[in-house]
Amino acid sequence: MRPLRLLHQVGVVTQLSLRTIPQRLAPVLVAIVGMAGVVGVFVAVLSIAEGFRDTMDSAGSAEVAMVMRAGSDTEMSSFLRGEDARLVADAPGVAHDARGALSSAELFVVVDLPKKGSGTPANVPLRGVQEAAFRVHGKPRMIEGRIFERGRNELIAGAAAAAQFDGLDVGTTITWNGNPWTVVGVFTADSGLAEGELWCDLRVLQGLYRRGNSVQSVTVRLDSPEAFEAFKSALHDDPRLNVKALRASDYYAQQSQALVAIITGLGYLVALMMAVGAVFGALNTMYSAVASRAREIAILRALGFSALAVVVSVLVEAFLIGLVGGITGGLGAYLLFNGYQAATLNFQSFSQVVFTFAVTSSLVQQGIACALLMGLAGGLFPAVRAARLPVATALRGL
Amino acid sequence: MNDALVQVREVHKVYHRGSERIDVLDGLSLEVPEGEFLALMGPSGSGKTTLLNLIGGLDTPSAGEIVVGRSSLGTLSSASLASWRAGHVGFIFQFYNLLPVLSAEANVELPLLLTRLGRSDRRQRVATALEIVGLSDRAKHYPRQLSGGQEQRVGIARALVTDPTLLLCDEPTGDLDRVSAEEILDLLEELSREHGKTIIMVTHDPAAAARASRVLHLDKGRLSRESGT
Ligand SMILES: Nc1ncnc2c1ncn2[C@@H]1O[C@H](COP(=O)(O)OP(=O)(O)O)[C@@H](O)[C@H]1O
Ligand SMILES: [Mg+2]
Repeated sequence: MRPLRLLHQVGVVTQLSLRTIPQRLAPVLVAIVGMAGVVGVFVAVLSIAEGFRDTMDSAGSAEVAMVMRAGSDTEMSSFLRGEDARLVADAPGVAHDARGALSSAELFVVVDLPKKGSGTPANVPLRGVQEAAFRVHGKPRMIEGRIFERGRNELIAGAAAAAQFDGLDVGTTITWNGNPWTVVGVFTADSGLAEGELWCDLRVLQGLYRRGNSVQSVTVRLDSPEAFEAFKSALHDDPRLNVKALRASDYYAQQSQALVAIITGLGYLVALMMAVGAVFGALNTMYSAVASRAREIAILRALGFSALAVVVSVLVEAFLIGLVGGITGGLGAYLLFNGYQAATLNFQSFSQVVFTFAVTSSLVQQGIACALLMGLAGGLFPAVRAARLPVATALRGL
Repeated sequence: MNDALVQVREVHKVYHRGSERIDVLDGLSLEVPEGEFLALMGPSGSGKTTLLNLIGGLDTPSAGEIVVGRSSLGTLSSASLASWRAGHVGFIFQFYNLLPVLSAEANVELPLLLTRLGRSDRRQRVATALEIVGLSDRAKHYPRQLSGGQEQRVGIARALVTDPTLLLCDEPTGDLDRVSAEEILDLLEELSREHGKTIIMVTHDPAAAARASRVLHLDKGRLSRESGT
């Protein structure tokens, strides 16, 4: 049979089968809802990973480099002397403006704040930064209040932190370790990681936490992304220094890897388990569809329609069930979860990272593709049964 | 070599129901010349439907050979058997077997969707077939809006529309009242006489059988008695 004629037959048989859907609506709807559920959960869980990765990725640009002690994987475990920080600021490739090198030596400690709503205490990073920090990091911008003054126990809160935790209203005083801090402003940083942090003057933090003039990291803005290699080798070749340099973008991407992998793995696992259920649902629906269409199929076969056309028509119906379920689930996840804000523990710094669920079109597409596969998987055996249906017997059965 | 349109040679058909073996057809032979109107009679369960299904290629014999026209059905793959059916055989069933979701004309058009005919040719043929069965004014009706006799006439139009040489009718009047049954039989007779169709009709009804040009009786797997008219 020529392919075109087959296609024509498939069209006719499929059209007929779709016309009988109103008479067997309930099982079809059940299958669609099952698929939608799987896709919805799948997309929602992966949107967590996606949103978290987005936040971590936008935390660092390729033009920004981070310097830590050689052998440290995280800021937490890094330690640099004050003079190391000065050497880094003087290294080639570091950008300058009228006020000097764009370099910020930083130290952070973890403080706790009650979560809004539940009131449970959570860890929040309090970062001491140098004056150039606002020109080094992404694009921090004050949206309320003012910046902290040098030498004073003042802090500014990232917008996401201010939204997630209690006690960060401008003017409030908070005490940690017996030291009172005043919140003097709120800043944004293009939805980057810094928005989940509290910032203060490095010197003040060093003093209150007895760190002398030591820091954990130095963040610098480079002349260009290409300047990184020269900057890096200059630091490595300097016998006075024992440090490593990373692009900030690489550092944050690395930081998010573990959690993204866990969430993604979990998403696939949950989706897989639900998918098994949904495939059985579709299988059941399609078997009952074939059973209720047995006579119609037998009549068509008696008239000369090919078994292959019947097979394909069953698969097309299963495929359509998958498509409708997939679109419903993907769209549902988008409407319910996209932009939903949450905070999670960053395992590397043991502090809260604030991020939003990101239901991307690629996730929705993946979800729909899954649903189509589930539909096909559920339709396959029923389709084969439909083709094997003994015509003579089915015509007798009244 | 002979030129009977349908040749059934030494055909056996065995069904198994659990451990029980049912020899429905037991070495049956039959020849139907082109243009004949043959009636097949026999008690219920004697294998009339089975024989009709075998001749129409809806089922395959356990042993023996069936030749229709130039085709030996046993040599055809199931796919070529399907397209052979589409071109050469028209089935008429006791319970009409129309598709309820399609109008009368769409039901009649179905077999034409398997041909190369374009839309206007198809429409022409459907109109002609409905005219032959006297249902031109019911073309847009759905099966549930038709009487049994009318449904069966749609069934006949569907069997006719591809202009097959062979019509296989399985108790076509079995579910109809006497008047409708007479109309259907008139129609079949006309198809035989005026359109030269070869018809094999299974029936319980001696009055229906009387319309045929030959009557055969099927009993215990064989054509046990033959009588001409
Ligand atoms: N698929 C089948 N499996 C088992 N037995 C069958 C099957 N089809 C028909 N039979 C049996 O074969 C016999 C002949 O059936 P059938 O050809 O329908 O008889 P008739 O049409 O003369 O009433 C019956 O006993 C019937 O029960
Ligand atoms: Mg019968």
